[in-house]
Amino acid sequence: MKISATVTLKKEVLDPQGKVVGQTLKNMGYKNIVNVRQGKYFDIELDETDKEKAKKIAEEICKKLLTNIVIEDYTINLK
Amino acid sequence: MKSSVIVFPGSNCDRDVAVALEKFQIKNQMVWHDESNLPKSDLVVLPGGFSYGDYLRTGCIASKSRIINDVLKHANRGGLVLGICNGFQILIETGLLPGVLLRNKKLRFLSKNVFLKVINVNSKFCLNYNKKNIIKLPIAHNEGNYFANNALLKKLEDRNLIAFKYCNEKGDINNTSNPNGSSNNIAGILNNGKNILGMMPHPERLIDPLLSGEDGSIMFESLLKSH
Repeated sequence: MKISATVTLKKEVLDPQGKVVGQTLKNMGYKNIVNVRQGKYFDIELDETDKEKAKKIAEEICKKLLTNIVIEDYTINLK
Repeated sequence: MKSSVIVFPGSNCDRDVAVALEKFQIKNQMVWHDESNLPKSDLVVLPGGFSYGDYLRTGCIASKSRIINDVLKHANRGGLVLGICNGFQILIETGLLPGVLLRNKKLRFLSKNVFLKVINVNSKFCLNYNKKNIIKLPIAHNEGNYFANNALLKKLEDRNLIAFKYCNEKGDINNTSNPNGSSNNIAGILNNGKNILGMMPHPERLIDPLLSGEDGSIMFESLLKSH
């Protein structure tokens, strides 16, 4: 089963890279840019067919390794 | 006194800190990250560098190394642990120290000398700084912006767990003397037991007049004295 995880900085944490990307887009003429947040994306292939089990494993690895839960949030997608 | 310097793929201050430890007659051993047994040590040093190329988050992959299990046991027994620069980032990722180290506020790698005020001169690492509490040490990092929420900052201040703060030559702690945007100008912190110190500046780089100063020596002398 394939799952994906997106990791982004929490809303209250300053994201300087996202800010610079947003500012650059504005400078390029995209005046309607309001906000940009930069994050990380993981494609994970699991040897597991049970959706619930896969979700549980994904949650666990997000908490244990992929995110620093002090400053980051994650979302999981099962495909 | 016996020490172990843990070497990760990408560590690059491991030999510098070994030279410093040996200069002060601390019997040092280099320990590869993949070892499962930590040799008998009074002090464990996590050196600076770019362990695992800073993949995922700085210090993150190193914090899951095999040897870390023994480092955690050593730390929880009250053994001394010193994390410098990337070592500080690793300590944060292991959960031995609280808070987080973000990218420098201005997104630039900083490599320069900074002034520091030694806030807690009672820990085993900093005893001898009671005679000289405004010092100069080099920093060299991209992710040294220490961030803690208000509750944690209050706890660190109230319990005297802040080891160093960035300041100017006169010892003033303000925004202009803050190189990387750290909360409350924090450059180094201690754990509750005060046996673990994490710091962004490099004491091992200033241990000889030939290296333009000896403010780092004071830390190694303190460790010896407390032993």
